[in-house]
Amino acid sequence: MMEIKDLRFSYREKPVLDDVDLEIRPGEILGILGPNGCGKTTLLKLLNRNLHPQGGKVLMKGTDIEEMSKKHIARHIAVVPQSNEIRFSFSVRDIVTMGRMPFLDSFRGESSDDLRIVEEAMEKTSVSEFADRPINTMSGGERQRVIIARALAQRPEILLLDEPTLHLDIDHQFEVLDLVKRLSDLEGLTVVIVSHDLPMVVKYCDRMVLIHDHKVFAMGTPQEVLTKENMRTVFNIDAVLEYDGTLKEFIVKIIGSCRKV
Amino acid sequence: MDSVAKRRRRTFSVFAVTFLILFIFLILDLSQAFIPLSFEDAFWALLGQGSDTNITIVQQMNLPRVIMTILVGAGLGIAGAVMQALFRNPMASPYILGLSSGASLGAAIGLTFTVSWLPSLLLTPLLAFITCMATLFLVYTISNVGGRVPTETLLLSGIAVGSLLSALVSLLTYVAGDQMSGIVYWTMGNLTNAGWDNIIIVAPLMFAGCFIMVSSSRDLNAMMLGDAHALDLGVEVKKVRLQLLVASALVTAAAVAFVGVIGFVGLVVPHILRIVMGPDNRALLPASLVGGAAFLMMCDYISRVIAPSIGILPIGIVTSLIGAPYFVYLLRRRRDEVGWS
Repeated sequence: MMEIKDLRFSYREKPVLDDVDLEIRPGEILGILGPNGCGKTTLLKLLNRNLHPQGGKVLMKGTDIEEMSKKHIARHIAVVPQSNEIRFSFSVRDIVTMGRMPFLDSFRGESSDDLRIVEEAMEKTSVSEFADRPINTMSGGERQRVIIARALAQRPEILLLDEPTLHLDIDHQFEVLDLVKRLSDLEGLTVVIVSHDLPMVVKYCDRMVLIHDHKVFAMGTPQEVLTKENMRTVFNIDAVLEYDGTLKEFIVKIIGSCRKV
Repeated sequence: MDSVAKRRRRTFSVFAVTFLILFIFLILDLSQAFIPLSFEDAFWALLGQGSDTNITIVQQMNLPRVIMTILVGAGLGIAGAVMQALFRNPMASPYILGLSSGASLGAAIGLTFTVSWLPSLLLTPLLAFITCMATLFLVYTISNVGGRVPTETLLLSGIAVGSLLSALVSLLTYVAGDQMSGIVYWTMGNLTNAGWDNIIIVAPLMFAGCFIMVSSSRDLNAMMLGDAHALDLGVEVKKVRLQLLVASALVTAAAVAFVGVIGFVGLVVPHILRIVMGPDNRALLPASLVGGAAFLMMCDYISRVIAPSIGILPIGIVTSLIGAPYFVYLLRRRRDEVGWS
């Protein structure tokens, strides 16, 4: 679906990403994991050309995204950004309708098809009931669902989520990611989640990429990537990945910090 | 779908009411004379019916001023709405940010000095546009703190730069010898001397600027959520922002070039409209055009009704008397009550 080749990026003289290579496969949920400040969010911004790489390429279905217009990219890639605070009294429906922007010209209004797609997106994320409420009166979890609805209204093939659980209460964290997982299973949506939330990524991602020292440190299934040594090197924690027989899934057991106090 | 229909109806009524206000004050303003005409006489004279005297009063004495009022009011109204969205700040407007003063400096230079290769009629708006752009970038640079534009620094730098520039305008008119009337003319606005030759220059500039603004209104909606949101939705943010800044400067320069600084139109009008119809720029920008014209027309009429005993009352006095208290009200109110939180 997407290929990233020798990607380099630095803010002023400070390197953020150095020779990053990775592949995003169709229909998978890929987790990009690493400690705060490791360049995860920058990587996400490079994927839909909110930033331009200083070296290397981002290919979508074989084409360099530098050769595409922003509008064209937005027809294939939708983003749920990290901070979703909105200060204006746009209604929920207004916000979700903005998801149709990449498909419209300046003076063309939304067609009935567009409006149907918007209503569907709101139903999938269960925000229809407050379609007419102003977005600035809603809670963080509700807003997150509205932004996901907007992303779905773009009818994307690829969904990028930046720290989707950061500002949410624990029940909302699971709610949001269950939703994303369901959409990926049902509609074959390719999902990339950037997070520093280890247990969350283990629970939901098919494959993961561990970023450390501006480079791809490890890539593969959680079992391959989350070895005791890797978690010690990257996160400075003493932790093990264990199979839980009752849950029938892998969980991360965190024993403690490796830092000497 | 019910609420969509409800909102469409509300938008329609807002336009109906503002057009009605515009129409009423337009006819009232056209009726102004030593002995004012009746409403009906003024209306028929506009259509070319009635006595020759009536037609002369309406079409020759008053019509150019009324058309200029519509152009200037509409331009300042929409420029205010665009700047508030662009800066994500309810206090932004061409006057508060010093743009009007900036444009008036260029215009005053254009009217004071002459060059052989360009007639003053073209030089004036050109210089107004250049100084207006320069002011915009100056104020923006001063108030930009790490990519954010906080209200306090935006207002303070706008007011500081604006005062400096209007002092320069006053100095210029003082040095040029046209002391009292010139200064009042430039700092308080004067629509009385507007003629067809000015309108022919101002109108196309206004149309161009307003066209750019209205055609970007959907992109502007996304940009109100933040640059990252807009980028994710496929908006070329830098390009659109630059286009809109240039368009705002163009419209402000066109508004100020021949009539001087008229304050608060771009602040008051979009605000009231946003409270009634919400933040959607696709409805708000066209409504601010009509609303700005209606508001300025009303202010011009008021200035003429109180004027007879004291001569010509600069229209900026009327707009400020209405606008400044509203500005204070906005400063005091919780922002979410006026559609911003």
